[in-house]
Formats: sequence, C-alpha cells, structure tokens
Amino acid sequence: MSGLVLEFDSGLAAAKAVPPLLSVTAVTVRYRSGSRDVTAVSDVSLDLAAGERLVLLGPSGCGKSTLLRAIGGFIRPATGHIELKGEAVLGPSPERMTVFQEFDQLLPWKTVEENVAYGLRRARGLPRAEAREVARNWIGRVGLADFAHAHPHTLSGGMKQRVAIARAFAIKPRLLLLDEPFAALDALTRRRMQDELLALCEDTQVTAIFVTHGIDEAIRVGTRILTFSPHPGRIIASHKVSDDERRRGSRAFAGLEARLQEKLFDGRDNADV
Amino acid sequence: MSEQTLAAAPAGTGLLPRLAWRRLAVFTGLLGLWQAYALWLGNPLLLPTVDTTFAALWSGFASGELVDRTLASLRVLLVGYAGGVAVAALLASFAALSRWGDDALGVLTSMFNPLPAVALLPIALLWFGIGMPSIVFVIIHSVAWPLAVAGHTGFRSVAPTLRMAARNMGLSGPRFVVEILVPAAFPQILSGLRIGWAFAWRTLIAAELVFGTSSQSGGLGWFIYINRAQLETPSVFAGLAVIILIGLLVEGLLFRSVSRLTVQRWGQEQS
Repeated sequence: MSGLVLEFDSGLAAAKAVPPLLSVTAVTVRYRSGSRDVTAVSDVSLDLAAGERLVLLGPSGCGKSTLLRAIGGFIRPATGHIELKGEAVLGPSPERMTVFQEFDQLLPWKTVEENVAYGLRRARGLPRAEAREVARNWIGRVGLADFAHAHPHTLSGGMKQRVAIARAFAIKPRLLLLDEPFAALDALTRRRMQDELLALCEDTQVTAIFVTHGIDEAIRVGTRILTFSPHPGRIIASHKVSDDERRRGSRAFAGLEARLQEKLFDGRDNADV
Repeated sequence: MSEQTLAAAPAGTGLLPRLAWRRLAVFTGLLGLWQAYALWLGNPLLLPTVDTTFAALWSGFASGELVDRTLASLRVLLVGYAGGVAVAALLASFAALSRWGDDALGVLTSMFNPLPAVALLPIALLWFGIGMPSIVFVIIHSVAWPLAVAGHTGFRSVAPTLRMAARNMGLSGPRFVVEILVPAAFPQILSGLRIGWAFAWRTLIAAELVFGTSSQSGGLGWFIYINRAQLETPSVFAGLAVIILIGLLVEGLLFRSVSRLTVQRWGQEQS
C-alpha cells in the first residue's frame, strides 16, 4: 500500500531532472460575458509528473473547469502557456482525452461498442477489427459487456459515463482529463464509480487531472489536491493524499476532509455560493 | 435492460396496426364525403364521383399514358431533388466550417427562400429554353434553400459537448461534418428532406402546368392541364390522385422507414 507513496515521492525527485509531463505556466483565462471580460482563471501555474492524479477542487465558478478546458486545448489562455512533454498545447488532441460531465458526449447513433471503437479508429488510427477487439475489452472492464450493442439513450446516466470513461481509457491518452464526470449521478452510483475509476487508474498508471467540487471525491481519486478560490480562480493550497487518507471512513480521511473544508471556506461568505 | 425492452415495445406490434387503422378510417371517411357530395351535386364536369375517377385512373394506367406521365414527372423530380440536396449539403457544410460560409448562407437563404420557385420560371426559360433543364433548375431552387436552412439549424443545435468530444478524437473539416454533424443533426435534416420533397412536387406540377416539358414527354402536370382543356374532369382528378398516392407512398414507406431506422432507434425522436 505504501508503495504508491514511495513511487509518488520518487516521481517528485525525478521531476527535478526530467521535465514534468505537463507544465502550466502563469495561465490566465478570460472570456467575454455580454459586454465585459470575466477572468475565470488568474495566473495559475502547476506541474504534473507522470503517474500523478491531480484533483482541482473548488466551489462552483472558481474556474477549475475552465482551466481543464484550456489544458484540453478547447480554450486558448489570454496569457501564459501550457506544455505537454515540452510541446505547446494549441488545440484538442487525443493525447489529452477529456471525459465530460454531460451525458451527451457519446454519439447517440452508435452502440456502446461502436462508440468506443470509433474513438480508437479516429484517435489512434486502429483498423476496424482491432478497434472492435480493444473496445470489447474495455467495455468489459467497465462492466458493460451485456450492453455492448445497446444505444446510449437506453442506458442510465452512470452507464453512459462508464462508456465515456472506457472510450477515453481505450485511446490511452498521455493525460486523462475528467471534468466532474460524476456530478450528475446519484450519490450511490457516484461512490461506486469513484472506486471503479480509482481501480482503473491504479491498473493503468494513467496520469490524470480530475475536476470536482466534492471534497470526499477529491480525496478518494487524487494523489494530489489543489484547492481553488473563486472569482477569479487561483490556487490556494496543495495537499498530497496518502494511502491512509484515501481509505474511506478512516480517521485520516476525515482529518484531511476537515482540513480541506477549512481551506476552501476559510471564513469567506462568498465561498459557499 | 428493462428500460430497453420498454422502449422497444411500443414501436413493435402493439401501436402500429392501431395507428394504421385510424389513418385508414380517416381516408375512407374522406372518400365517402367526396362520393356523397359528388352524387348530390350531379355535375361530373365540376366534380366527378369516386368511381368515375377510379375508372379514369384505371384506364389511364391500362392505356399506359398515365404510367408514362408519372415516370416522366418522377424522372425530372428525382434529378431536381438530388441536385437540390447536393446544393444544400454543400452550402450547409460550408456554413458549418467557416464564418464566411455561415454569413453567406444567411444572406442567400433570406434572399431566395421566400422567392417562389415558379417566379424563376421565366428566367429559367430564357436561360435553358423549354424542357427538362428549366424545370430541374426551379426544382433545385425550391429544394436547396429550405433544406440548407434545416441542415444549418440542425448543425447549430448539436450539443457543444458532442462537438468537443469529436474534436478531442481528432475530427475536423469535412469528416467532422459527415461523421458527426450530419448524424447528430439528422432529425432536422430528415424533416428538411421531407419539406424539400413536398416543395419539389409542388414546383414540378406548377411548372408543368405552365408549359409542360414538351407535349410528348410531359409529366403529370401536363396530363392534368391537357385533360382540363378537354373537359375530361375525371382524368384531371385521376392525375391529382396519382400525385397524392405517390406522396402517401413516399411518406409512408420511405421517410417513415428511414425515421424508424435512424432517429427513433437512436433516441433522438420518439416514435
């Protein structure tokens, strides 16, 4: 169990010599809302080493999703730059697959299997037969083998998110971006999905950034948590999550939850909007 | 799993016969009203009875004239319709991929969509002469604009998340339009195709009523026009009946099947 922490620490040590997988430097993102410019993210810098699972945690409107979209290449920052393996991020790419919160990220005219296989063919250029085989494997891993030939509209919300997760994992991105993927699910489903996602991440050693406003979710899925302040979004603090703390119901879990809560709300009235 | 079977059940055997039965009742009721009024009126020059109309229909098919006229009309119609669909596809794709295309389509459709196709017929006659090219030209005009508007509206209503997911998988350009936007906007495109089909028919018959293609190869509009001139009212009604029957067939067999196989199966539209 402590092996992960060791790996994580050695990863940090190596980061001094090897450039980080992702580096975000002094990024500010603005967007126009009506006639005025709104600064969603202000002067954010962060580095991410391979194998890390970074959680961006903050209240609604703190710009964490906007920052994720910028890393995904969907929005261009006003200032600063984002680099993946030393290459500037200029647009969306299968190297940085995003799993969105909304259920309509799947292609409704394709079955579960076709959705995953289509991603593999377009993003990784796999031939049809191979794409289907890899897709089938991943659909099995997210527990949807019985639904491989169902169309998305016949699935529940949780199942749709599993398909999106399978599609993203199957493509094997260098960096997996998860934008509140469980926010629209009921509490029980969300909890189960968190555990399953954690297992998949540990299996594949994927590097990921996970956006959420759930403190318990952040602790459960992350190896490091960045807390954000709202309007405009800034990083308040960084916390590493140990294996002890990740165990649900443990004293360490509750302790970290309380500390994060304090950090986030920090006596400010506007933080609980 | 239960959700799936629930969704599949109404589309299957239960609802469809009932739906067809009601439609048939409406159809028979209309025929009955027509027959009753025609008998009461007693003037076959103004309104022939149902049986004389069907007799005219039968003899028209038996002599082969109505078949030839119908095929002539359908040929022109299909060429014009295909041309209109191609123009609309080009315009809507261009509009989906660039700002310039978007504005160009906006200007073009607001100029030409309200312009009745038949109003262009004199110009078409000048440019292409009397014959099939002129009619094809006005049919293209009548199909292209409403279909381009429908396609464009459909493209614009594709969910932003779906667009982002597609771009994330590396899709862009024509492939993005063909593989993502077209199927995602298919409910609107299908309704645009239906509207375009109806417009094409109207334009075709109107154009043929004005001048035919030529007296030998004229279509149904020409058939109606000639028979009216000869006071063969039952044949006029037979010509109209053929147009209605083709409309029912295309709607009932073609568009409805396409809809069942696509948007209803994909959950984009309820059956």
